[in-house]
Amino acid sequence: MDLKTKFTPQSWPEHPEAATVEGKNKVLGFWIFLGGETVLFASLFATFLALKNKGPSGMEFSTQNLFELPLAFIMTMLLLTSSLTSVYAMYHMKNYNFKAMQGWLFITVLLGLGFLGFEIYEFTHYIHEGFTFTQSAFGSSFYTLVGTHGLHVVIGLGWIILLMLRNAKRGLNLYNAPKFFIASLYWHFIDVVWVFIFTVVYLMGVIK
Amino acid sequence: MSSTAKKKGFGATIWDYLTTVDHKKIAILYLIAGTLFFVIGGIEAMLIRIQLAKPNNDFVSAGLFNEIITMHGTTMIFLAAMPLLFAFMNAVVPLQIGARDVAFPFLNSLGFWLFFWGGIFLNLSWLLGGAPDAGWTSYASLSLASPGHGIDFYAIGLQISGAGTLISGINFIVTIINMRAPGMTFMRMPLFTWTTFVSSSLILFAFPPLTVGLFFMIFDRMFGSNFFDHTMGGNTIIWEHLFWIFGHPEVYILVLPAFGLYSEIIPTFARKRLFGYSSMVFATILIGFLGFMVWAHHMFTVGLGATANAIFAVATMAIAVPTGMKVFNWLCTMWGGSIKVTTPMLYALGFIPSFVAGGVTGVMQASAPLDYQLHDSYFIVAHFHYVIVGGIVLALFAGAHFYWPIMFNRMLNETLGKITFVVFFIGFHMTFFVQHFLGLMGMPRRVFTYLPNQGLDTYNLISTIGAFLMAIGVVLLVVNVIITTIQNKPCGRDPWGDGRTLEWAIPQPVPYYNFKQTPLVRGLDTYWIEKMEGNKEGMSYAEPISDIHMPNNSIIPFVMVFGLFVAGFGALYNPDADKPWALAVLIIGLAITFGSMIVRSLKDDLGYHISKEELMNEKGGNE
Repeated sequence: MDLKTKFTPQSWPEHPEAATVEGKNKVLGFWIFLGGETVLFASLFATFLALKNKGPSGMEFSTQNLFELPLAFIMTMLLLTSSLTSVYAMYHMKNYNFKAMQGWLFITVLLGLGFLGFEIYEFTHYIHEGFTFTQSAFGSSFYTLVGTHGLHVVIGLGWIILLMLRNAKRGLNLYNAPKFFIASLYWHFIDVVWVFIFTVVYLMGVIK
Repeated sequence: MSSTAKKKGFGATIWDYLTTVDHKKIAILYLIAGTLFFVIGGIEAMLIRIQLAKPNNDFVSAGLFNEIITMHGTTMIFLAAMPLLFAFMNAVVPLQIGARDVAFPFLNSLGFWLFFWGGIFLNLSWLLGGAPDAGWTSYASLSLASPGHGIDFYAIGLQISGAGTLISGINFIVTIINMRAPGMTFMRMPLFTWTTFVSSSLILFAFPPLTVGLFFMIFDRMFGSNFFDHTMGGNTIIWEHLFWIFGHPEVYILVLPAFGLYSEIIPTFARKRLFGYSSMVFATILIGFLGFMVWAHHMFTVGLGATANAIFAVATMAIAVPTGMKVFNWLCTMWGGSIKVTTPMLYALGFIPSFVAGGVTGVMQASAPLDYQLHDSYFIVAHFHYVIVGGIVLALFAGAHFYWPIMFNRMLNETLGKITFVVFFIGFHMTFFVQHFLGLMGMPRRVFTYLPNQGLDTYNLISTIGAFLMAIGVVLLVVNVIITTIQNKPCGRDPWGDGRTLEWAIPQPVPYYNFKQTPLVRGLDTYWIEKMEGNKEGMSYAEPISDIHMPNNSIIPFVMVFGLFVAGFGALYNPDADKPWALAVLIIGLAITFGSMIVRSLKDDLGYHISKEELMNEKGGNE
């Protein structure tokens, strides 16, 4: 593959992420990897549901008295919006508009960081109240499920930032287009998982 | 870059293998590493049988015995059977589908090194204070109570090598979907490719639950969480579910490629097209699907209730249907064929009755009430060894003889091969057939000794003698490999004379770019079609000779995995108060891994091209 080929918006292929064999393989391989990730999160969800509110006898923590929906709502909105902005970024990627793509990715990263900030605040708040990873089976399963998602957010952010910095000077080509594309796929996946966390952990949690 | 074999120094060869991304070389790495672990697991098996040869034996202590059985099971499943199958998949699948390499050559190398260092990590437990001792299933109620670091070696070692397996699985799925040559439609794919495909899909969905379970185990033992501790609200059964949601499909991950190997060998030597090709494909997919529906049959005695047991019992029995289809298809392939009894064919012939025996005892155990009697007895041991040795190990030996010409351009000695088969086959049945009766007489599995005069003495002695015959069989195979290597006689293309699929059509030794021109596949058993039409070249081509794009070699996979290996020790010793350096080691290890990931992301890796002129000048190993 020749990195020096210069494209114009007219000569840029309609599906730049799948214009090369490597790109096709990457996109398919990443979808398949996400299939495996789905099973990973399914196992974590199942464990959380089995261990929710379970702890040493007399434990005062429960999903009902711990979780606050306004906070979870703000986090959900931040992450959902970041998914939308990453769609805009991919729209501009397909139109060979590098600057606009970088701009929307930057907004995506900011929203992701906002989400992460709230999550860290939430965790420190719980830990301050005594609800820790080691305090009960409930704590272990909660922090593992939500924390694994948080780790995915961190990795996703690191990934997108690295891609933006690496390609800042050289713009789009058929070598890095699939990379941007699958990073955004990953970001959407993180978003979908959060929708389930919001529903299963928070919404179902506060039901009395 | 030229393919002409330059004389290379020893160091250069080592470096070549450390950095290689060529599927043929990675296949050889898998073969060597898998054999190493197979021998280690085999020695452990011999120690078990020596200990049980006579009642009240004190050859090994009870504690050591537990470590040996745990390591025997874990090593054989994760570090011997799977890598050896991966060796054949890597060597054969890209050639069978007419591809120049797998979809992700870099990941192929990464997957191998993950498996290898994970296996080394696990086995280092022998030297660093004791191996895991809670059985290969490592049930949480046992393993949380296990002192020392044995279980930690198990959890972290399997985590590392499991990641490698997952990566390889994804790689094969994408390879088979995206890299097939023109004309190689799904329903023209050789059965070994099909079974690799289905088995890789099983890996994709089965390994994440194991990953999660192992993380829980690591967290519980090393970082103070409470997933399995009931005093803190945990539940020990969660481990059993997660383990078996992985563990049962794992059986099919192993046996499906073995079925694939037999489905290549039997038509080749019956010199007849595989009977019921489409039903074979259907059966493979169905077995893969049902494989996920039956995990709780390992947990009948846990007390999930009659309804759950009934559902899982019926689902388990249902698997006998597609498996039976396969057996009859193999028999019908041979029916009326002009059978040539070569060594691989001999293994295939031995496999059918042995595996059916294992299948029948499997259906017996599927019946939950009967399983209450058989559970945790030697009957179970006999059953799964019939399936795994009778199905998978025989396939590995058959595959080794069958595909040796593809991998090394040499033929293993046929006479010695047949002797190996006879010795191993007799030893196998001697070892495990009597164990059915031991189980029915009430001998529990995983006990380190038994009392005299309970009717167990003779059968146990027979079993041990059989195990020695199996060991002799393995030694004979190794001798065969050594003799073949010393004789060093190239065998050329299609030495069996009856190859049917593309891997036999390629010139030997296989050029490092595989196919000079992408082949055009004109039907099922495409090489056979070309041969029948008198095509001397053995293939039709889909393109003129043109530049070939090749991936670069890379040391990054090795370094990346080495970082994880180091980090593993950090996590392992983290809970020890007297080892304050552990956390630093953990961080350094992860820094190496993430650092090499960043290097990989920042450095463009575009590969290189072999020019058309260079290809034209090359003789390309004609025969």
